[in-house]
Amino acid sequence: MEFNLIEILLSPVTITIVKVLLVFGGLMIGILYLTLAERKFSAYIQGRIGPNRAGRYGLLQPVADGIKFLFKEDVIPTHVDVGLFVIAPILALTPALMLIAIVPFGNELILYGRRIPLQIADIDVGIIYLLAVASVGVYGAIIGGWASNNKYSLLGGIRASSQIISYEVSFILAVIGIVMTYETLRLSEIVQLQDSFLNWGIFRQPLGFPIFLIATFAETARMPFDLPEADAELVAGYHTEYGSIKFGSFQLAEFAHLITSSAVMATLYFGGWQIPGVAVNESPSLALSLAGVGSFLVKTSIIIFFFILVRWTVPRLRFDQLMQFGWKVLLPIALLNIFLTGLWITLLRSRGLASAPAR
Amino acid sequence: MQNSYIPLLIHLIVVGGFAVSSIIITHLIGPRKPSKEKLDTYESGVRYFGDARLRFHPKFFTVALFFLIFDVEVIFLFPWAISFRKLGLFGFVEMMIFLFILAIGLVYIWKKGGLEWK
Repeated sequence: MEFNLIEILLSPVTITIVKVLLVFGGLMIGILYLTLAERKFSAYIQGRIGPNRAGRYGLLQPVADGIKFLFKEDVIPTHVDVGLFVIAPILALTPALMLIAIVPFGNELILYGRRIPLQIADIDVGIIYLLAVASVGVYGAIIGGWASNNKYSLLGGIRASSQIISYEVSFILAVIGIVMTYETLRLSEIVQLQDSFLNWGIFRQPLGFPIFLIATFAETARMPFDLPEADAELVAGYHTEYGSIKFGSFQLAEFAHLITSSAVMATLYFGGWQIPGVAVNESPSLALSLAGVGSFLVKTSIIIFFFILVRWTVPRLRFDQLMQFGWKVLLPIALLNIFLTGLWITLLRSRGLASAPAR
Repeated sequence: MQNSYIPLLIHLIVVGGFAVSSIIITHLIGPRKPSKEKLDTYESGVRYFGDARLRFHPKFFTVALFFLIFDVEVIFLFPWAISFRKLGLFGFVEMMIFLFILAIGLVYIWKKGGLEWK
């Protein structure tokens, strides 16, 4: 009887469902408290206190915000294209939440003699999935901006899409550098290969990392590049006409994108769940696996913290500067990075030196 | 392994279900007190004029065209990058010629003024 129960509980489908719910729940809680962290942090930078009424230190503020979003009137203005207007927030939110599925958040967990990879889906084209799903998110912005039938929204949507596609090229070229170094598209393998400090992506791709970082800022439309919703020019950009949970969905998508981008950055450039100084173990103990998850969360949090810091300390660019920077500076450097990476690997190999992390 | 895509499907159902159901629930439980002002287009409280289906700058179209070219090229790089070491020096030189031709395209766009915003 008891044996059967364990059998059912540890069947692949049950494990997957549990993993999905845990990751999804974790991500949602992460998003909720990220909004609070962002507000508190900006308050301290600007010499204010920030939210402090709901709960101790404002800890219940995100919950209050969420409830408020849910119970607000669902306004659909008369001039909008109703079908597209409703679909846009769903199209923005779903891809943003889908991305986390391929990020390995820990080593294998061994439970009752079974190996459970701490990753929802370990697919063989992980990086291509990442790029494909990330670029679906732009449809939410452009469709929302178009359907709103509002001049601010339209401009915001067009700005968002042209900004995202401009930086997409450099983003992908930076990722190509990582693929050349580790020769795999599987994110779990990329993490496994970053087993020592010097094998981390940031040391293997010292030029690729800044390109990836800047492109991520543009893709998530964070502060130096938040032209799509520049509030001094466009009210709120493509979600000007939205209210209640539809507006909430756009906000959730934005923060989900931020968290996932940080997680991907930690995975590709900072060794993911690898703990510096601890060797990868073929059969890790429970404690070691959980420590790996902790390491992953700490790295991701530090990157998110960096994103927030930049948002509240750096002024916004002008739109022509943004586009010119993407095409005239970032793209040539990204092409150069591929050339240098190839040259470096070829040179090392011709001298008989190890050019890649050992498999 | 074909199986590794099933978890993705489960994840899509959970996430998509959340996105759709939250919008439906809000639509059902929220109050409904429409008024003319509330349902009007919001343009900072100023009386709006005309439709928002404006003509916008053709620059945005050319940016989309440039993107298309470079994005397709980048897809060609993936299979090469995965088997980079197996292809050896020949593969490296070959792809650098490809990238060089592409860089000429970028220089051409640049010289033609395709990247200027005025």
